[in-house]
Amino acid sequence: MKRILVSIKRVVDYNVRIRVKPDGTGVITDGVKMSVNPFDEIALEEALRIKEKGLAEEIVAVSIGPADCQQQLRTALAMGADRAVHVQTDAAIEPGSAAKLMLKLIEREQPMLAILGKQAIDDDCNQTGQMLAALWGRPQATFASKVEISGDKAQVTREVDAGLEVLEVDLPAVITTDLRLNEPRYVKLPDIMKAKKKPLETVEPSALGVSPVERLKAVKFDPPSQRSKGVMVKDVGELFTALRGKGLV
Amino acid sequence: MSKILIVAEHQGGKLNAATAKCVHCASQISGAEIHIAVFASDPAAVAADAARLAGVSKVITVANPQHANPMAACIAPQLAELAQGYSHVFGPSTTFGKDLMPRVAALLDAPQASDIMAVESATRFRRPIYAGNAIITVEVTPGTQLVATVRTASFDAAQTSTSAAAIEGASPSATLPQHTRFVSVSAARSDRPDLQTAKKVVSGGRALASADNFKILYQLADRMGAAVGASRAAVDAGYAPNDMQVGQTGKIIAPELYMAFGISGAIQHLTGIKDARTIVAINKDPEAPIFEVADYGLVGDLFHVVPELEKLIASNG
Ligand SMILES: Cc1cc2nc3c(=O)[nH]c(=O)nc-3n(C[C@H](O)[C@H](O)[C@H](O)COP(=O)(O)OP(=O)(O)OC[C@H]3O[C@@H](n4cnc5c(N)ncnc54)[C@H](O)[C@@H]3O)c2cc1C
Ligand SMILES: Nc1ncnc2c1ncn2[C@@H]1O[C@H](COP(=O)(O)O)[C@@H](O)[C@H]1O
Repeated sequence: MKRILVSIKRVVDYNVRIRVKPDGTGVITDGVKMSVNPFDEIALEEALRIKEKGLAEEIVAVSIGPADCQQQLRTALAMGADRAVHVQTDAAIEPGSAAKLMLKLIEREQPMLAILGKQAIDDDCNQTGQMLAALWGRPQATFASKVEISGDKAQVTREVDAGLEVLEVDLPAVITTDLRLNEPRYVKLPDIMKAKKKPLETVEPSALGVSPVERLKAVKFDPPSQRSKGVMVKDVGELFTALRGKGLV
Repeated sequence: MSKILIVAEHQGGKLNAATAKCVHCASQISGAEIHIAVFASDPAAVAADAARLAGVSKVITVANPQHANPMAACIAPQLAELAQGYSHVFGPSTTFGKDLMPRVAALLDAPQASDIMAVESATRFRRPIYAGNAIITVEVTPGTQLVATVRTASFDAAQTSTSAAAIEGASPSATLPQHTRFVSVSAARSDRPDLQTAKKVVSGGRALASADNFKILYQLADRMGAAVGASRAAVDAGYAPNDMQVGQTGKIIAPELYMAFGISGAIQHLTGIKDARTIVAINKDPEAPIFEVADYGLVGDLFHVVPELEKLIASNG
């Protein structure tokens, strides 16, 4: 079966104003809105479009983390994923561990593609997809803004510092999404009802033969240094004078 | 003792400024021995530049026509091989480094610290998370090999020195995979300064309302010798190309002057500019969040402000 694996990370919603706990042990997540990582929504949307073109048959959504991740997997099922796998753990999951766990699922599911977000907006690591591709020994096409599948190849346009780069990769491969790849669809109410009946499997990391280790320990969290508020100028002339005074124009 | 291998980024036979910033970051680890690896079809010129960076004691070159267009899948196995015996492997937090370094880390089974912004010791680093809304200090157990990307906006470039380090050729045995093929890259199209290294940046947001209107910013930028940036909204709408995006998922920059025209100041944008020395904001909404971080704010219509400012600069040339 032609299958696509999509990863779905549960993260603090991008609209939430993040605050560091006063004791520096983390950021405040109690009572805060949680969502699917925006890049992962884009990953799932791309998988759905590939399937809708008849180029894939099944989409499996994967999330790694505590029990609450099932909310985001249900969202993914409502968006259109066919089934979900929840790797349930309360342990801290570094990108290295996430990649090792996903590799085990890949060995089991044998997908033609694994589509991940380019970065999780909580840890901002931008690592997991590349690590997965290395462990799998397969191509990676990161920061994708366009994906075209033809036969057993994919042509991927990537957003790089110089502009746009195009790579051709043999399948199976790992793709990570950039923001402009697509615009994810909205979930409709009937789909949410239907999603409740779709299969959601739960596995423990130990059942996959992986024990997550934390190799980069969080020592402390600090708020960023704040820029002080400057002055308002009343017109362009005043702005020009101020900048000229600093030798900037 | 720390032994650090840095992968060089280069274009058109020239070392990219990001590499010198990685060297400066590495040199903050006390007593570090710093080497640079250059992967290229013809590494000579880049290696010569790299050898003159202060603090670098050796440059290792890997010449291979396949490295003419750097691809992570090809460089990673060779870099991982060269990295044996090094305590740290660094690359820049550019799209080149972000693509490559995690692949190397996985091959080495090493953890990676992304976007390091400060060095506290050989095992302790600070990096931004949550779009820069929090700074985390992370630590590896001593003796663990560490891969890292360096947030280039946080470090000055290493100086160039008068003496040059030794340059050595290497031929890693790792075979290059054939499963990934380079097709094309869009050519850099302007002679305007590079956004990531420019001293001045003029940037436009959704308010510009069309690609055509962006021309007024290009004109102002040319008058000032500035690079041009854009918000995600402006790029998404097609007013500006993707390589101009500044922010969490675009470029992180630290110019002396950043001027934001018609940009609201969303947190994902601000994280890309907060190391700018002077921020100027022009917005017609006095409540726009960009004013919270601006050194100089002007409430006004950018379509009046931009031409007027350009005229003032021209006539006071
Ligand atoms: C995961 C994620 C990653 C993101 N990454 C980035 C990123 O890297 N970079 C980035 O920029 N954004 C990023 N964003 C998007 C960000 O949240 C904002 O949506 C975006 O920055 C808004 O762009 P803007 O300020 O141009 O548009 P708007 O927010 O629409 O602001 C337009 C501003 O123009 C002003 N204006 C209108 N007309 C005029 C006029 N004639 N003269 C003067 N002012 C005028 C308005 O008052 C308003 O303040 C990201 C979002 C997400 C979810
Ligand atoms: N715990 C997780 N569960 C599901 N997906 C994950 C997890 N961690 C990382 N990923 C995926 O890897 C991408 C990159 O994450 P990161 O490397 O942490 O920035 C994310 O966008 C997700 O697609």
